[in-house]
Amino acid sequence: MLTYVVRRLLYSVLVLIAASFIIFSFVRLVSDPLAFLRMQPRVSEQTIRNIEERKHLNDPIPVQYLYWARDALLHQFGTTTVHDRPILPDIWRVMKNTIQLVLTAEILALLIAVGIGVYSALRQYSFFDYAATTFSFVGLATPVFWLALMLQVLFVNIYLWFDVRIFYTSNLSSVDPGPTWSLGFLIDRIQHLALPVITLAVASIATYSRYMRASMLEVVNADYVRTARAKGLPERRVTMKHAFRNALIPLVTVVALNFGSLLGGAIVTETVFSLDGMGFYFIQALGVGDPYPIMAWLMVTSTAIIVFNLVADIAYGFLDPRVRYD
Amino acid sequence: MTDRQPSADRLPEEREEVELGSQSVGRPASAPVGGAMAIPEEPLSVPSDVSLTYEHGVELRARSQWAYARMRFLRHRLAVASLVVLFLIALVAVFADQLAPYSYDELDLENIASPPTLEGWHLFGTDLLGRDYLSRVIFGVRTSLWVAVFVAALSTAIGTAIGAIAGYYGGWLDNLLMRVTDLVLTLPTLAVLLTASVYLGQGKPVRVAVILALLFWTGLARIVRGLFLSLREKEFVEAARAAGASDGRIILRHILPNCVGPIVVTMTLIVATAILVEAALSFLGFGIQPPQPALGKLIAEGETEGFALWWLVTFPGLVIVIICLAINFVGDGLRDALDPTQRRVRA
Repeated sequence: MLTYVVRRLLYSVLVLIAASFIIFSFVRLVSDPLAFLRMQPRVSEQTIRNIEERKHLNDPIPVQYLYWARDALLHQFGTTTVHDRPILPDIWRVMKNTIQLVLTAEILALLIAVGIGVYSALRQYSFFDYAATTFSFVGLATPVFWLALMLQVLFVNIYLWFDVRIFYTSNLSSVDPGPTWSLGFLIDRIQHLALPVITLAVASIATYSRYMRASMLEVVNADYVRTARAKGLPERRVTMKHAFRNALIPLVTVVALNFGSLLGGAIVTETVFSLDGMGFYFIQALGVGDPYPIMAWLMVTSTAIIVFNLVADIAYGFLDPRVRYD
Repeated sequence: MTDRQPSADRLPEEREEVELGSQSVGRPASAPVGGAMAIPEEPLSVPSDVSLTYEHGVELRARSQWAYARMRFLRHRLAVASLVVLFLIALVAVFADQLAPYSYDELDLENIASPPTLEGWHLFGTDLLGRDYLSRVIFGVRTSLWVAVFVAALSTAIGTAIGAIAGYYGGWLDNLLMRVTDLVLTLPTLAVLLTASVYLGQGKPVRVAVILALLFWTGLARIVRGLFLSLREKEFVEAARAAGASDGRIILRHILPNCVGPIVVTMTLIVATAILVEAALSFLGFGIQPPQPALGKLIAEGETEGFALWWLVTFPGLVIVIICLAINFVGDGLRDALDPTQRRVRA
């Protein structure tokens, strides 16, 4: 087991290095973080040259990559090209916001999806089952950004017509939400987070409930469940203890993988709701074309994906003793 | 069991596997008579709808794998209905120039910011400039569908080729190709897409499509590789090799036709994903650029004109949902139909 983890991690580090080099060259080849500055008539040639000098923008790209790698390892991802603003504090801030959003959405989605999945499986082909299936299919066919926009349209129009503010449609806090940890702050935060959380949760529920239903169906018809029933155990105990707990195992993998990729920020959701999270940060960095924040974001995100992939595999091996890694 | 198709429109592969129909109830499939009858004298010229009557009076029909698949698909009513819907949408998109009531950027200055109305055929309403959104959506569908089909075709070609080579040859080649696949899978897809499209593909649909295809082949490559890994050990491959068939021939003629089912199903999923991702890219402003019409872009434009004009955001998105839903249902039907372990036609 330990060898497996170590080998996986070593391999992942290699992948990360390769990926970072590709992306870095890519960003540097075709974008110019100083493009905006060059267009400003009040910025002198000398200023631009100074920045180029300081950030080694005129060196060959592999050399630039090494400078970046040094900054990433020794100087906490370095600073932004134009304003020399440290990157790590920004990343921490947006990551906190993203985790707040993603964790809330995923916990909510998981609770609802597990309920839907189990109930659908136990009452296969019932009205509820068909309704849940329809919901999943529609949920998977709906573009996330459009769902987000429709929620905004709905609540903006409620506000316009009835002058009632139920949920806010952008940002994370009002101008003056009150002191942190006060009730007013909490309510304000809920009003802001509700729509992004719903948006994210719908997509997750659509996926998770299908997985849950499938694995529950498989387990309910398994031999050992029939054995449990044949022993005369009460139905409730059979479904909850014997079937349900084992049906959860495949879901662990799906959730872990999804969670890992969501930590990179729900790019679309955060952008639509102007939420100061990882995805929003990335889109802005991309607009500027500055390799340093883009690379920092990419490293954090890829690491999250790799770690959660590993967590998914290890958890699977731990929960299902039939799986052995070597 | 009467939905016979004329033999003219059948695919050539259908003749390869001639099967006995499920009406041979009561007699074992391996009965000498049946076995003898199943082998035609001239395999290539036997039409599959020939009726074979035995001395016992039991009617048997030879039926190909494809005939079963078609029958199973036709029984999946939701899938058939979805296919019809898709076909109609595609038809409207192809003939957009003739069918759309207005052109893409024509201004109807008498109906500015009009909600959906029958007047002047503004079924989807108009925006602040008086542009008809129904027409814009129709042209947008054309671009989006074109991109999606292109992405599906290209990424299927790449994925199948890589998966087939990796699975068939194995060894270091397999290792190398799968590591490349892992590399692509490890990258956060949307982020790479955004980065790539900012710098390479903004604007033109072709460029956006190529970039999408270069990231979408990984799943299929893994599936095809898995299939090849198991199929290459099968007896019929050994037989082909013994008969002196080259590697290329074994891959293309003997193994690949057995992978068609999963490939086609994955392809439909890629089409749906491509539509969703392209819409998201265009919405974020990193995909297809104006004046090229695209559904995601239309929604983005609707957003900037304010949520009071709700129809601008609603209808393009609704069309995306309908298209993707239909594609997913078709994929579902194909999955049931092309699963070779399923011989039954579902009632």
